[in-house]
Amino acid sequence: MKKTSIRVGCGAGFSDDRIDPAQEMAEKGRIDYLAFECLAERTIARENLARLKDPDKGYTPYLAERFQAVLPACVRQGVRIVTNMGAANPMAAARAVRREAQALGLGDLPVAVVLGDDVSEQIRANPQLPLLESGEPVESILPRMAAANAYLGADIVRAGLDTGAPVVMTGRVSDPSLFLACMMHGLDWSYDDYPRLAVGTIAGHMMECAAQLTGGCFADPGKKDVPDMARIGFPFADVTVDGRLVLGKVEGSGGRLDVMTCKEQVLYEMHDPSSYITPDCVLDITDVSFEQVGKDAVQVNGAKARARTPTYKVVVGYHDGWIGEGEVGYAGPNALARARLAEQIVRERLKMRGFTYPEMRVDYIGMSSLHGMGSGRSEPYEVRLRIAARSPDRKTAQAVGFEVRTLHVNGPAGGGGGTNALREVLGVKSVLLPRNLVKPQVVVEGAR
Amino acid sequence: MSVKVHELAHARAGDKGNTSNVSVVAYSDEAWTLLREQLTVERVMDAYAHVAKGPVTRYELPTLKALNFVIENALGGGVTISLAQDAHGKSLSFLMLDIGLPGR
Repeated sequence: MKKTSIRVGCGAGFSDDRIDPAQEMAEKGRIDYLAFECLAERTIARENLARLKDPDKGYTPYLAERFQAVLPACVRQGVRIVTNMGAANPMAAARAVRREAQALGLGDLPVAVVLGDDVSEQIRANPQLPLLESGEPVESILPRMAAANAYLGADIVRAGLDTGAPVVMTGRVSDPSLFLACMMHGLDWSYDDYPRLAVGTIAGHMMECAAQLTGGCFADPGKKDVPDMARIGFPFADVTVDGRLVLGKVEGSGGRLDVMTCKEQVLYEMHDPSSYITPDCVLDITDVSFEQVGKDAVQVNGAKARARTPTYKVVVGYHDGWIGEGEVGYAGPNALARARLAEQIVRERLKMRGFTYPEMRVDYIGMSSLHGMGSGRSEPYEVRLRIAARSPDRKTAQAVGFEVRTLHVNGPAGGGGGTNALREVLGVKSVLLPRNLVKPQVVVEGAR
Repeated sequence: MSVKVHELAHARAGDKGNTSNVSVVAYSDEAWTLLREQLTVERVMDAYAHVAKGPVTRYELPTLKALNFVIENALGGGVTISLAQDAHGKSLSFLMLDIGLPGR
């Protein structure tokens, strides 16, 4: 007997998100499903690097802590967990969840694993596919390709839920699909029922960044205040079988959920509001409206959807050299002039040593690091020089931070707090892959 | 009388690849009318000239009393490869709110 209304909670909005709001959600939220979104464009690139170094790694770094926080309450209440914490290695992530369950005394916990998002073979076999960013064939980055993952949809995540396993672990899945899948499973929605897919997709889109719907990324003191931000509660969605959607958050938690926070979040990462493309549908939010129906409760009306496209979007991660950087700070009289002198010295040193860079960036933190050097900026009391540059060659990139560091004794007066860093870069580009070339599947780890 | 967008609206910035989108949500009907008329693509291009190459596309959402600006080539090549400190361009919403409009 399927329910006529379910509650789907959000447990994380990015890989490094707070842990305790998910525990609060699991224990006090009276939820049926708990979905964690932990996989940004950037995150899978990072996890791909980890997997290349160790075949048992490559899933989200806080997996153990997140599951320790919610598994006891979820298992006790029968709350199903859905997450893309598997990142570049969902099988290893599923084994890690099973280890945590054992350690918590919860026994042999089956985990459904969604596979098939790794499409690196299909991409190699289709070098003619054009990159969305430039139109060049993907062949141009194939020699440096580290991984290629398709954004899978709600259909395969729902298939994971259909196995009955308490946890569904995925790699790359479109963020809203994690939430939509819970609704399709709990309310028995068909994958061709576009009015319902619109409701589940807008709910997922608005919840997938967790606190960004409930007062995070919102406060502007004196202008837009948010209560109790150290305890912001994560959002949940109450959805009925006929598609009524009300967003809410755990009673007693911090933050705020109202028409203003909803308006900001519905447009977050949105390009053309009439065509938000997911693997499940093309969402149209042009006529969406929000209605406050209670304290921290907002009803969402007017979402529409068109038929899904014949392709999956694929993110191709490729090795893109190294970034080296260094920083040093100056304060008091003539701070900016000393920072500028330091910049000239570093540039001359790098030139003397024969290093050149395809791209170098200089920031005066306190003046120009976030919005660029606009006109009419007043000179700050403190300024921190940051120089960053990219190179295909490790040593060349490393020299940037080295030469900033040597200013410690060789540079202008009063330079303090020097730091330097070097990191390997994985770029990402996108291609569209015909659906028939992608074979999503579910396997269950553990006895049932 | 000239007015800053900060007085009329709130805003949020999002990222996809090398493209930033900045929403501008009006506080009132009056503010919405003014923003729709005066917060033009040209003014936004001008404000973002030293951080983004463009082009800039503006979408109107009258039901929400909001504008959505899609600013291309704004994120240093994309989040994973950008040399910028704010690779996601999260701070770019406040560059929008700092724009001055002629007002009424």
